[in-house]
Order: sequence, then C-alpha cells, then structure tokens
Amino acid sequence: MAESDKVIRGIKFGILSPEMIRKISVTAIVTPEVYDENGIPIEGGVMDPRLGVIEPGQRCATCGNTLAQCPGHFGHLELAKPVVHIGYVRHIFMLLKTTCHFCNRVKIPEEDVFRYRDLYRKLRDRWPQLASSLVEFVRQKASKALECPHCRARQFKIRLEKPATFIEEGGRGKLYPDVIKQWLSNIPNADLEILGVDPEVARPEWMVINVLPIPPIAVRPSIVLETGMRAEDDLTHKLVDIIRANEKLKEALNTGAPEIISEDLWELLQYHVMTYVDNELPGVPVAKRRSGMPLKTLSQRLKGKEGRFRGNLSGKRVDYSARTVISPDPNLDINEVGVPHEVAMTLTVPEYVTQWNLDKMREHVLNGPYKWPGANYVVDPSGRRLDLRYVKDLKALAESLKPGYIIERHLVDGDIVLFNRQPSLHKMSIMSHRVRVLPGKTFRLHLAVCPPYNADFDGDEMNLHIPQTVEARAEAEELLLVEKHILTPRYGGPIVGGIQDYISGGYLLTLKSTLLTKDQVSDLLATIDYSGEIPEPAILSPIEAWTGKQVFSLLLSEDFNFVGETRLSSGSLKCTSDECFWDTLLIVKKGKVLAGVIDKTVIGSQQPKSMMHYLIMEKGVKSGAEFMNKAFKLFLRYIEMVGFTMTLDNIKPEDRGMEEAAKVINDSYDEVRKLIDMYRAGQLEPVPGRTINETLEIRILDVLARARDDAGSSSIKHMSLTNPVYIMARTGARGGNLNITQMSVVVGQQSVRGERIWRGYRGRVLPHYKYEDLTPKARGFVESSFYRGLTPLEVFFHSAGGREGLVDTAVRTSQSGYMQRRLINALQDLYVEYDMSVRSLYGELVQFKYGEDSVDPKKTAFGKAVDIDRIVVKNVGWRMSI
Amino acid sequence: MSKKPRKSRKEKKSGEAVKKEVVFEEIRKAVIEPGELIGKLIEEHGLHQKLPPVLVNSIRSIILGKYGVKPDEAAINQEFNNLAALAQRVYGVMESLRKNVPEAIVDEALSKLMDVASRYSLSNDELIKIREDVVQFYLHSLVEPGEPVGTIAAQSIGEPSTQMTLRTFHFAGVRELNVTLGLPRLIELVDAKRRPETPIMEIYLKEDYKHDLNVALEIARKLEYTNLEAVAVSAEIDLITESILIRLDRDMLEDKGLTVDSVVEALSKRKLLVGKVRVSEEDPLTLIVEAPKAYSHISKILKFRERLLKTKIKGVRGVKKVILQRRYSPSTGKYEYVLLTEGSNLAEVLGIPQVDHRRTRTNDIHEIERVLGIEAARQALISEMMNTLREQGLEVDVRHVMLVADLMTWSGIVRQIGRHGVVGEKRSVLARAAFEITTKQLFDASVSGEFDSLQGVAENVIIGQLMPFGTSFVELKTSPQQLARGGESQ
Repeated sequence: MAESDKVIRGIKFGILSPEMIRKISVTAIVTPEVYDENGIPIEGGVMDPRLGVIEPGQRCATCGNTLAQCPGHFGHLELAKPVVHIGYVRHIFMLLKTTCHFCNRVKIPEEDVFRYRDLYRKLRDRWPQLASSLVEFVRQKASKALECPHCRARQFKIRLEKPATFIEEGGRGKLYPDVIKQWLSNIPNADLEILGVDPEVARPEWMVINVLPIPPIAVRPSIVLETGMRAEDDLTHKLVDIIRANEKLKEALNTGAPEIISEDLWELLQYHVMTYVDNELPGVPVAKRRSGMPLKTLSQRLKGKEGRFRGNLSGKRVDYSARTVISPDPNLDINEVGVPHEVAMTLTVPEYVTQWNLDKMREHVLNGPYKWPGANYVVDPSGRRLDLRYVKDLKALAESLKPGYIIERHLVDGDIVLFNRQPSLHKMSIMSHRVRVLPGKTFRLHLAVCPPYNADFDGDEMNLHIPQTVEARAEAEELLLVEKHILTPRYGGPIVGGIQDYISGGYLLTLKSTLLTKDQVSDLLATIDYSGEIPEPAILSPIEAWTGKQVFSLLLSEDFNFVGETRLSSGSLKCTSDECFWDTLLIVKKGKVLAGVIDKTVIGSQQPKSMMHYLIMEKGVKSGAEFMNKAFKLFLRYIEMVGFTMTLDNIKPEDRGMEEAAKVINDSYDEVRKLIDMYRAGQLEPVPGRTINETLEIRILDVLARARDDAGSSSIKHMSLTNPVYIMARTGARGGNLNITQMSVVVGQQSVRGERIWRGYRGRVLPHYKYEDLTPKARGFVESSFYRGLTPLEVFFHSAGGREGLVDTAVRTSQSGYMQRRLINALQDLYVEYDMSVRSLYGELVQFKYGEDSVDPKKTAFGKAVDIDRIVVKNVGWRMSI
Repeated sequence: MSKKPRKSRKEKKSGEAVKKEVVFEEIRKAVIEPGELIGKLIEEHGLHQKLPPVLVNSIRSIILGKYGVKPDEAAINQEFNNLAALAQRVYGVMESLRKNVPEAIVDEALSKLMDVASRYSLSNDELIKIREDVVQFYLHSLVEPGEPVGTIAAQSIGEPSTQMTLRTFHFAGVRELNVTLGLPRLIELVDAKRRPETPIMEIYLKEDYKHDLNVALEIARKLEYTNLEAVAVSAEIDLITESILIRLDRDMLEDKGLTVDSVVEALSKRKLLVGKVRVSEEDPLTLIVEAPKAYSHISKILKFRERLLKTKIKGVRGVKKVILQRRYSPSTGKYEYVLLTEGSNLAEVLGIPQVDHRRTRTNDIHEIERVLGIEAARQALISEMMNTLREQGLEVDVRHVMLVADLMTWSGIVRQIGRHGVVGEKRSVLARAAFEITTKQLFDASVSGEFDSLQGVAENVIIGQLMPFGTSFVELKTSPQQLARGGESQ
C-alpha cells in the first residue's frame, strides 16, 4: 500500500542533451556485432548485458537485480557526424528561418524581444492559447525580415527539402547537420523564449543528434522461437543498422575517403536514424524486415489505435474477467446475472478471513479449487500465495486459517460483478449485477435489461469483471447496480423495462375479457411469491372469478393513482373518458386498475412519462426494480397459461381486405400509367428546381408509397382483435403496421439511394423487361406479400434494397463511432461544481448553471423537473373523473 | 400536385371564417363584454395587490372559458367571488413555495392548481401535500455536484447517433430543396464546418407583408442570384468584330422578373463593360458585347465569354434558388408566405426592409457568428442539433446539447469538437497525444518544455490515478501522515 500513496503530480517534457545521454548511459556501444559464436551477447554490442537482464534467473550486471526488479539501463552511441532528429525537423526549420545566419540572433529588434518576452511570460500560464498565438506571430514576423536587425546581414531564403535537408538559397547552399548544430547552439536563450522554445530543457542544438541513446533491452526483448533461434526486436535491428552505418562513416572519415563517399555514408546514417524514430515518413523508403514487413520503430509504437497511448495507456487489458455467449433467463431478477459454474470456479474474489466468516472460509478451502464453492488461492499474513491446486492437505490448511489470511474464493451467489456489452456507447453498457451461479455455459440475464445493453441472443457475447477491492465493490453496488440505471440521463425515462412478450402478456392479462379461476389466480400469485390476502372475486356466481386487472393491482401500492392513455388508444379505439367502451384509457385509483390495459406505453422500456416511469420516480428505484421483477414474472406466467404464438394463418389476408387492397394497388398502377403517359407526351409539369425525369420519379414514388400504406390499412382494419400478430403490433410488443402490410398485403417499392431501382442493363434493370419500361413492376415495386411469396424478379429487387441497408449500417457505425470518440474526448473533463456551475478539470468555466436550471435530466420526467400535472394526479387522482 | 384547387378551397374557407367573425362581432356588441366585467371586478377587489399575476389570469380565463358565450352578470359575479376566494386560499398555501423552488415552476403550479381546484375543490390538506411534493420533486431533481456531466452529454448524443440514417439528402418538407440531415448534418455541426454542405435560409416577412403574395414574389426575385448565363440561350463569339452575341431567353427573363434593358444596365455597371453593351438592331433579344482591350486577343476572348456569362445581373450573392411557401401559422390562424432559399447570406437578407429579422434564420453557424455574434451562434447550434436529432425521431435532453454548444462557444469563437478545436486546445499533452497525432504532440511538447499537471481524465487514466470527480470529488482536509507526525491539520 505504501507505493500507491505516491502521487504523480506532473510530467515535464524536454529534449535529452548529449551530456545527459552520456550521463545516464551505462556503456558506450561500439560494435554492430550482437552475439558471439556461442550465442553470448557481446559487450559493447546492442545486447550488452549491462543494459539489463535478459533471461530469468540472471542478475543484472549493472544494478544486481533480478529480471523482475531490474528496470533496464540505457547505453549510448557516439555518432561520427551529427544527424538531424526527424521529429524536430519542423522546429529546426522554424529556427533557421527566424534567426540570422550570421549572428544567429532572432530577427526581431532588441527592444521588441524584451516586449514580447514580458508579454509571453504573462500569458504563458493563464492563457496558453493566446501565448501560442503570440509565438506564432513572432515567428511570422521574424521569418519575414530581409535584414538582420542586430548585425544588418542580408538574409537568405531557407528551404526545407523533405525529409531532412536544409538549403540556404543564395548562401551556403546545402546546410549540413554540423553547420546547423553550430548555428542552433549560438541562438541565445532570451531569443528562444519568444520563439516558443524552452531553452532550459530544450536547447535547439540538441535537436541535432551526435549522441544516440540506446534503449534498455527491456524495451526491445528478443524472443526465442521453438527452433531455438533468436528473433530480435525491430528496434534492435534498426540499432544494428545505425551502428553499422556509423562504423562505415567513421572509417571513411578516418581513412580520408573522397568527400562524395563519406557524404553518401552520412546520408545513410541520417536515413537509419530517421527511420529509427519514424518509419512512415512521406518520401522516405520504408525500412523493412527480411520478410518484407515494414519495421515498427519508435513512432509506430506510440501511434494509432493499437499504439502505446490508445492501446496500452488509455485502455488496459485486465485479469479477473470472463467472456461468453449470453442467453435469457426470465426467472432471474433484473439485478442478477447467471454465471456458469466453470466461470465461477475460475474467477475469484479475495476475502479477508475474520472471526465471523472463519467457518465459511474453511469450507471454501476444504472444497479446494475443483469443487464449487471452493477457493483457488490462500494468501497468508506474510503475503505468501498458496496455490490450492498443489496443496496436498487442504484439511490442515483449512484448520490453520485464522483472521489475517486472505482467501481467493470462487464466485458465489450474491457477489457483485460488472457486466458489459460492446460497443460501450453509454454508461448503461457497463452495469453491475449480483451473481447467480447456474449450470450451463452461458451468462444469463433478465430480458428487461436487454435495451440498455442493446443485447439480443442471436449469438451476442458479453464480458464479466470481478472487482477486487472493497472500495470497488462498494462503488459497484452503490453506483453501478442495474436498478440505479433504470432511468436514463439521455432523456428522463426508463430504459430498462418491458419488451416483447412482457407487453403482450400484460395486455392479455389485463384485458377486459380475462377472467381467472381461483386456481389460476393462485398459480399466478405463487409465481411472484405473493403472501397477502386474495382479494374479493369480481364475479361470485356461477363460479368465483377474478379479473386480470385485480391480480395486477396487487403489485401496486395503495396510494398510487394514475391516468394515462394506452398505446391502443388511437384510431377507432381511442378513449378520452373513463366511461369508454374500448378500455384503452388506463385509470389507476388507490392502487387498483379500474380501467385500461397494460401495454407498451404503460410498462414499456424507453417510454417516458409512463405509469412505470412515475412508479419508479415516486417509489424509488428499488421498488421499481421489485415491481418489474414481479410484474414481468406475472405476465410471463399468464402468457404461458393461455398460450401465445403466431402461425401462418394469422397473416393470411382477409378476403374483404385483400379485395380492397388489390383495388388500391391497381388504382395506383393506373395513376402511375397516367403519369408516364403525361411524361412521354411532355405534359408533365416539373416541380420547380427539378428536371422532368426527377419530377416523374418523385411523383411515382409518392403514389406507390401511398398505395402501400392505403392497401395495408385497408387490410389491417379487417383484422380480428384477437389475432396475435395484430395484438403484438397494437400493443407495441413487436412489429408495426408496416410489417403486417409487408407480410400479408404487399411488400412495396424497393429503393436504392432513395430512387426506384434502375441500374443494370441500358434502359432496364433486367433483360426480362422492355427497354425504358417505367412501370412500377419493372422498377422494383414488389407486389407480392411475404405470405404469397415473391416472384424471382421480386426477390432480385428486394435483395438490392436489402443490401443497401446492410452497407448503410456498416458505414454508419464507423462514422458515428468516430464522432462519439471526439465528443467524449472533448467533453470528458467537464463536471458540476458545488455551486452548480460546469467547469473543466483544468479550471475553465463552461456553464454558470448546469443546463440553465441545474436539473439532472435523469431525474426528470422527459426533461421536466417538476411535473405539476402528475403531482396533482398523484395526490387527488383517486377522486378525479376524466 | 395541382396548386389551384387547394388554393380555392382555402379561399372559400377563409370566406366562411370571415362571415363567422362578423356574426360573433355582432353578438359581442349586443351583450356585455365578460372580459371587461371581470377586469372591473379584479380592479374592485384589488386582486392584483393580493395575488400574483398568474392566478389573476387564471381566474380570468376560467370565467371566460365558462361564460364566454352566454354571459350572465350575476353568475359571473358569483363565480368571480368563489374563484377569488379559492385563489386566495390556494395562494395562501402555496406562497411559501417561492422559498425553495424557482419562479417558473411556482407560476406553473399556481395556474394549474387553480384550474384543478376550480373543478375538484382541493382541501387545504391536499394543497399542503401537493406543495410538499413540488418542493421534494424539485430538490430531488437537482444534479449532484461532482457529476461528470460532460461524458454523460457526449454519450447521450453519441449513442443515439448510431441509429441515425446516413442518407445525406432528404426532402425537408419541400421537395425542391435538398437538405443535409441525419448523421452527416450532426457531424457537420460538431465539426463546426466553415460552410454547411447545403446552406439554407428560411426568410419570414414582417407583419404587414407576410400575407401579401406580391411582396413575397418581389422579394423572392430580388433575392435570387442570377447571372447572365441563367438568362442566355446562346453566347456566340464574333471574331471579326471581337464581340460576343448573347441571345436572351424571353421566358427566363420573365421568370426572373428581368427585362432586356435591366440586363444591359446590370452589365454596364461593370467598369470593364461600360459603353460596350448594346442591343442588336436586328433582334431585340440579342445583346452585343464588345470585348474590352484586355481581352481582345483571340486567345483570350474565350475566357472573356466565360467571365461575361458569370456576371451578376441581380440577386444576393450565395442565394441560388428561392422557393415560396405558404405556411399555416397556428398563432394567427392564417396562412403566411415564407421564403426558402438554397444558399445563405444572412447579412444582406436582413438588410431587406420587409424581412422579419426576428424570425428569419439560416443553418450556417459561422455566418450567424459573424453577423449576430457568439450567443446567437450558440443558440443556433442548440436548435440545429436538437432539430437534427428530433427529425430522426431520437430524443435527447436539451441540457446535453446545451453543454456541447457551450463548450464549443464559451471561448468567444466557435470551435470544433476535435483536433482543430476543443480537443486540440487542451492543456494536457497526454490528453492530446491520446486523442490524435500522437508523436507530433510529444515533439512539440518537448520543444516548448510543456508541463503536464495531470488534471484531466485522459491523463489520470494513463498514469493510473483517480480523476478528481464523482466519488473522488471529495478530498480529505486532514492529512493522515501529518496527524501521525503529530502535526496540525490544515
């Protein structure tokens, strides 16, 4: 624990000076050879043992530590001639342009230098953004000077020839790195400051390297292949290249080789040092491995999604996690997750042995690692870890347990774990659940929590994490539990809630016509562990019978009042008063459902201002979760009792409806024909700003879309109220009018890019049609329904439309993913202060009052902090008539 | 879509409406005006001194709702006395709300309660219960300090965007105009793109002109940017006289509200063309334009023709197309004319006297910033984002959108959410490096000797420490180490 008390206060960035490089170096690297013939690393090579331990068991030649403790040590390489550091080319270029080639002063008059410096110092800490604009201004100004204000020397134009060659036009021509280094080292500190260079930590001459640090072996470990061969890291390869080039250059210089030769060798050294830093430079040939794979050098290690920053520092791989397929289990609570035995026996929770849990812990240890609920490790008070797989006498170990031991025991029912489904788009993508260890191999979850995870069971997998500290468990329990996230902050409303069968079940149970016998009522109430009195039956004779509404009402508390329209209340079934025949206005008085049915707008997920929403808001999330657990079990039990399914016959269109629909479609064909005739005759009036062709297409699409809707509704209106497909659509359980229309009446126009399908052959989509046939069928209008089946040509058109949909989703996910990443990166530092203002962690004030009213959207009813209408109904709704 | 029958139907309707109006007016004159009577009663009882304006207003509207048609002085008197007493009782109970709850909520509560109480008689106990609920609901709904509202806002906007359509073009009510909607539009907004892909203006006219078709048409003509090319059928080069013969299209001229003379005038305004433009004697629709000296050479005359055809004849630069729409405004119950334009030029449009500058809008955020300032840009960002989301049927609380808009604008200029804006200007090197262009950030930071004080979220994730909000928002004033050493706590 002592280590974690250390806090990192900050990180200062700078450039290593040659002196510093030599100082931190434990050895000079002098030879390109790596291993001798026995495979032993050569001293003075890049694998010099003084750079750190390579093999386990050895001790470091420098610090004497073992592999685990030795941090590794730097070496250094003296370059024969200096080379430009490619990362600083832009800065060097800037400095050469802004300073005089003769006196090496910044090309700003003396008095201005002081003025700018004072201003810069004032701005630097308070307004970094302004300070950098000032620096930019100074740089611009200095680089424009034609004559040095200090020594009056005429200035030349400096050109940067990518990647790292500087040319002084009209002056010395090509500037060699040693010349540049000299120039840079003459720029005085005071001048550097206003150019945005901190001379304390980044003297510009250090940007031209003459001593190269050799990173410790720990940074570039070699791997031993099965064949016993050694495979070196990319960096090691690159370092060998550099040393070799350096040797050659040194030799050429010493032997007095012709200047062209040594210059070429210098270039080569420059190339190797460049690619050592960054191997993706534009215009520079990529350094490759023998296999042709580009080398991953320093920049490549840091950059990008899998680079050090995004891949290892912002996101880290973890232990104590599991992943498997998910499947549904309506018998769980919404706060629970079903965990397979296998997972429960692999993942562990560290538990301190105390005098109160001593017996329990002994049992765990006695069961050992292979029997659930057992334990995998025991940590004794001295910190020694015992692997129970290798402990012979578990009994003795169990006996010796005493307070102070830590048992890494198996997961048991009630443990708190984090559960996650990717993509993790919002905070509800990671919630904590209570464990239920179950047989099987999948994670099980309650169906009502599918919406926040956006999960279904067509093969989805999810991740499980076990918090390992008491603090983490406490936070998981208090903040992350599913019930704390029933309400979403996106809009005020429940995101956990009824879906699919829960909705149809609720509807069927609370139907006016549902009457239950005593046996049925008892059955239903038993599934929710109801232990109170059974209410008075609604019907006493000939047999005692209860309504479904009575049963459901037992879940509501006595003081709950609610009035609201149900989803069914629309069209001919609309109800606006409590005397309505259709029973589609939900009226709850004093916890009794007096009228209305349960459907999506009452208990559905993502339904703000619904009965369930107010129930959760007013009674708290805990009772909300409790209500859901019970109500949903009740609905499912009922739907099991009466049976609810659909068959092909349910989508068979009624004859009457079909006739009407056929007429609607034929009429639309006539209309389209008329449009085409008008178009051919040149009589079609173009919509302003559109061509005739576009006008025709727009109008045909219009006619056909209307035809489908009309045909659909004329058929749907003949559907029976007991048709399960119709029930599902009306209650909002699954599907809508469009789906019914497509199944039983007409699939409708297929489109690609919002147009009728026309691509294919010249003037026609397929050879089956006449040239320039503009009729609906030739351009992708699917006249059949899924019930009747599509013709081969229709299948073709339908597949074209379907493909576009797939492509669209694929493109969209990447685009919206990137947008979200940027939003998160921009906004993640904002929080609410105690004064309700929004500030960033850097101290910037963004809003004086959060959301202008300091109200948390999560705790509102669809954005409203106080819903007066609701408060009135809540209090006096029991005696209001509608 | 035949426009004519629709129009005539409307006219008939409005004719009927007028007739009804007249009848009502007569009835009104014949009997006592209940509004007046109530006003008098309010005065007499000095209700304004006793009650807040909301309650007085709701008394007025309740009585008007009941007795608007068949006024009966005695009944109104009776009703008024009852209501006034009721209002005072309601106010007596609810007055203390003001201590805890913002004014707007109190006012809403008062007027709604008055309404309910007049129908269902609320007892004092019930009123007290309601008052307590209001206070409790309000206090409960406040954000908790330390809440990471930024991340929540980002997620609340980002998560639904996965469900958006990608199709760039959509017909926004009018088929004539293409408008960028859905995800591309949202990205465009957070990007703070210099120009929207499809700039669009919605121009409203002032009260006096908004029902006048002629004014609307005239302004539409004035707005629409027209160059010579749009009204020319052909432009031939006469190499002998070094001039260009332009045949104008009569229909187009008419359509754009131009005459041959006005075209000549517009062309002659250009310095280069003064005195060089004349109407051909043979054909009144043909213009002869002499090439000026600078362009007289054969090789340049083609270029001259290009330039000539691009010459502005009339209109507002940037406004490519104007569409006139008749819109029903529910507030007045009448139809008014609205101009929709493709292309946007806020400054010039607002300069037209008949244009209602309060309602006219554009979807170009930067233009709004230039013309109306940063606060307007913030408001525009909020409404544009909300509209984009709502159009897709996605509900997102305004507070999230407001936070994004505020973050983009609080510095005084519109900054994008990304590398060249909000994220790029973060103080922390590590935060910037973890976002994009990692190595450049590190090199730049080393040259300027930056110091990262590890305050933000990204940095603390990187070094594995807690970020100072949420459950880590609370700090211990007492230092355990200091206490152990026997020192004083801070």
